[in-house]
Amino acid sequence: MKGSYNMQTPGGHRRPSGSQERPRDTRYTLRRLWGYLCRHRWMLLAAAALALASNLLALLGPMLSGLAIDAIGTVPGQVDFPRVFFYAGWMLAFYLLSALLGYLLSLLMIRLSQRVVRQMRGDLFSHLMDLPVRYFDSHQTGDIVSRISYDIDTVNTSLSSDLLQIGTSAITVVGSFGMMLAISPALLAVFAVTVPLSILWTRYMTRKVRPLFSRRSAELGALGGLSEEAVSGLRTVKAYSGEEAVTARFDAQDKRALDAQYAADYYGTMTGPSVNFINNLSLTLVSVLGATLFLFGKITLGNLSSFVLYSRKFSGPINEIANIASDLQSAFAAAERVFRLIDEPSEPADAPDALPAGAVRGEVELDRVSFGYDPTAPVLKDFSLRAPPGSLVAIVGPTGAGKTTVINLLMRFYDPQSGEIRLDGRETRRITRDSLRRCYTLVLQDTWLFSGTIAENIAYARPDATREEVVAAAKAAHIHRFISQLPQGYDTPLTGDEAAISRGQKQMLTIARAMLLQSNMLILDEATSNVDTRTERRIQGAMRQLMEGRTCFVIAHRLSTIQNADVILVVKDGRVVEQGNHASLLQRGGAYAELYWAQFQ
Amino acid sequence: MRTVLSYLRPSAKKMAWGLTIKFLGTVMDLLLPWILAFVIDTVVPRRSLAQIALWGGVMLLCSVLAVVGNIAANRSAARIARDASERIRHDLFSQTAHLSCRQIDGFTVPSLEARLTTDTYNVHQMLNMMQRVGVRAPILLLGGVAVTLTLEPVLTLVLLSVLPLIALVVFFVSRKGVGLFSDMQRSVDALVRTVREDVTGIRIIKALSRTEGEKTRFDGVNRAVSRRETAASTTMALSNPAINFFLGAGLTGVILVGAFRVDSGLTQPGTILAFLSYFTIILGAMLSITRVFVMYSKGAASAARIQEVLAAKGEPETLAAAAPDRGAARLSFEGVTFSYGGGEPAVEDISFSVGPGQTLGIIGATGSGKSTLCNLMLRFYTPDKGVIRLDGRDIRAIPLKELRSRFGVVFQNDLLFGRTVAENIDFDRGIAPDRAEAAAGWAQADFVAGLEGGFAHPLAARGTDLSGGQRQRPAAAGGQGPGRRPRHPHPRRRLLRPGLPDRR
Repeated sequence: MKGSYNMQTPGGHRRPSGSQERPRDTRYTLRRLWGYLCRHRWMLLAAAALALASNLLALLGPMLSGLAIDAIGTVPGQVDFPRVFFYAGWMLAFYLLSALLGYLLSLLMIRLSQRVVRQMRGDLFSHLMDLPVRYFDSHQTGDIVSRISYDIDTVNTSLSSDLLQIGTSAITVVGSFGMMLAISPALLAVFAVTVPLSILWTRYMTRKVRPLFSRRSAELGALGGLSEEAVSGLRTVKAYSGEEAVTARFDAQDKRALDAQYAADYYGTMTGPSVNFINNLSLTLVSVLGATLFLFGKITLGNLSSFVLYSRKFSGPINEIANIASDLQSAFAAAERVFRLIDEPSEPADAPDALPAGAVRGEVELDRVSFGYDPTAPVLKDFSLRAPPGSLVAIVGPTGAGKTTVINLLMRFYDPQSGEIRLDGRETRRITRDSLRRCYTLVLQDTWLFSGTIAENIAYARPDATREEVVAAAKAAHIHRFISQLPQGYDTPLTGDEAAISRGQKQMLTIARAMLLQSNMLILDEATSNVDTRTERRIQGAMRQLMEGRTCFVIAHRLSTIQNADVILVVKDGRVVEQGNHASLLQRGGAYAELYWAQFQ
Repeated sequence: MRTVLSYLRPSAKKMAWGLTIKFLGTVMDLLLPWILAFVIDTVVPRRSLAQIALWGGVMLLCSVLAVVGNIAANRSAARIARDASERIRHDLFSQTAHLSCRQIDGFTVPSLEARLTTDTYNVHQMLNMMQRVGVRAPILLLGGVAVTLTLEPVLTLVLLSVLPLIALVVFFVSRKGVGLFSDMQRSVDALVRTVREDVTGIRIIKALSRTEGEKTRFDGVNRAVSRRETAASTTMALSNPAINFFLGAGLTGVILVGAFRVDSGLTQPGTILAFLSYFTIILGAMLSITRVFVMYSKGAASAARIQEVLAAKGEPETLAAAAPDRGAARLSFEGVTFSYGGGEPAVEDISFSVGPGQTLGIIGATGSGKSTLCNLMLRFYTPDKGVIRLDGRDIRAIPLKELRSRFGVVFQNDLLFGRTVAENIDFDRGIAPDRAEAAAGWAQADFVAGLEGGFAHPLAARGTDLSGGQRQRPAAAGGQGPGRRPRHPHPRRRLLRPGLPDRR
């Protein structure tokens, strides 16, 4: 566990984690898994007891049939029928009982593994929600999703089948060994040949196959990534007539994936037949040796029959070791990925003396703040800004100047490496993160709508809002008319990339969502960039009314949006290069004026 | 399913060969217990060690043939499945790339992605396993029954009498199970969707302090998955113990009937012994067949989803070329009406024309149909009414490739691949590097010089390592295609820094 974290920098910041993940020792993963299993130790105990009972019963089957065969004997007319019936009756009873116990055991294991897996998924997701924004900025969505679905699923399969199989195999192996020992120690010599053979074989296979399987997973992952890119960008592909080129790229990656799969299969397909071969080999040896022993009267026919059945039972699990081992390997790898995410440090806890923000006036101050996503490459340098309560502060500047970074710091998605951010004169690190964020209403350019109805999306921040409030917010965001025209109105379900809803309309929906929130400060990061100028003005009017006396931060490229701002900050290369209102900045004829005239000429 | 199976046709000969080897290998597996019975009943009474050793040698030979044959056949199966998958994926992807935008809207992007990845993977697995277990299990079952029939027909009938019961159990369990599994798959989809949404919207969720609410929402989804999976697995878990019990019962029957047969001198105990071995083989085969059922139903569901895309008609056809309207404007819309879902028209009765070298600006309120016009002139969608002409030719009569190559397009949210900057500008069109760099200069993408490796700098998928505005620059540079006539600066340039020199 130690050493896999990145160093904490003095500013309390984690270095970007990078993608190389050091493998952890299996014992650690095992201990964590055990922790989950332990919560259901009674179920686990019951399962162990059931497994023991059902397997012991199954072990008695061959013995009973052997006894029955001996009762039949070899001579016509001399069959001991009462004994045959006796054993046959027991056989039937045992098979029935064993089947019942087996079914009960499966039910128990399904429930056990489902509980564990549900808990893991829940823990994983809860932790995910507590992770800092940095984590999401540095990890691909697909990777996170695959941990919570594919990896946990792998663990699940392994828990519900492998665990059981290991348990029962152990019982079967020990039990049938004992039985065979009781029947004929001489015949047991056969296994001196086959057992080492299968162990050697297993070791050879796992060594050979494991890297092949991990290459297969990696290539398949790359193929998935390429499909995602290409399919979500099909419109661009089409506009450039790049269908053939992108298909060729897909084909090339597909070939790599399939070849990797074939390479893994090439060795993987050997397992089944080889297991069979070792089985057949022991059957051959048992036959020859058994027939010889029978010839010399050292063994009865019934005993030989039981021995053959036990030998099959015995070698089954031994030969399965290869399969189980590779299953377990992948389950451990998956569990490790899950735990690695759970072990990611969550957003640092609030300082012990942190207090809720309470009622704020809305005075925001950044005092000589320096920050870089990578501490060696600062984005903001000695950045200072003061927003008096109720003011409208606009931040403008060229692409990549650090405008959005300022918002990230205000919301405490990231913390600065040096300098202070104050709200009403209080250092924001002395305020609980949740209450600080609740002071702001944030509207981003990238609209985020989830699958739910339009009304649910608008009322997201306040699920208790009435329909009237939702409609009022939609009216203020000038989206009410559009919604009313939809066949299902406010109850229209949103499913994702609807072409019928334009980007501007999506932005207006998220603005309606913000309108419902009664917070003291407002942040608009290019929130109306896809809305036409006239509607934008109207929305702003409604917002200003709503935000009367509240502090407001606006990032916009369209300078008409921010002309009436109280303070306009012009940011360049992480520094404030100009500051003032529209008129004074124009008069100054500096960077702002240059931007402005470029836009309106 | 039929379409997917037809992809096996080019490999038919190889497959026949592979299946034959598989068949022979499997028969060897079947012979062994038979030889065992023969040794005990016939060879042992002869009291000849040499003969026992000889038959032991025969058994060994059979084992070796079985292992060699099965491995060879499995490899051939893996090869055939690989080749078929390659063809299926190629056709599916190529078809997907040629779907019309309306069809993409219909299928939805996540679903198309899932079909390309999960579904083709399922089909691959199915094609692979069906050639292996799908052949082996029935042979073992039928062969096991056939050999036991030659050994002792009456006892075989006893064993066979339980098979209908087993078949019934397998049939009902798997029929119910398939339905339950697809229910489960749906709730898994919901789970994945929830996670995906929350990961992409994490800033808003945190800003609104809704993390607790999201945890509750996820808990509901999580429980649903768990409940459905429990239901499905509980049903499927029934089949193995049931099969075990029925076969055990059959075996008991064999011993009972066998006792009578031995008593009246009709059979020998060695035969009963062999029966016990075949019993394990038949049991294993039955269990494999249930697995094959599950695999088949999973594969068939995926095959159907693939088939749906393959059967879609793709991009609209190119009409027969009519005589171009000479002296017409470069681009003209004539009474164009269009609606996305067949509801309210997005644009209605639009007419305008633009001459060569002229600039057309489109402005309008949000949702008024600006982007729709662009979608129509690139023929992403085809108008419901009216005609669009380029140089007097109805664009429906211009091959799509030619039509689109005449536009240089920059979208607001353009696609950046996880490749180098240069490759993203070139977009596989074979643009000379110096032209690509010139285009980057035009698009003010001077930040490229500051990246490690400059134009050879590999971008993260979707360009997530660039800022919002930077992401648009390589895309804008890409829009400067070779030999493009009507340039088409989409209204979406506005995210770029104001003050970008107008190039016109």
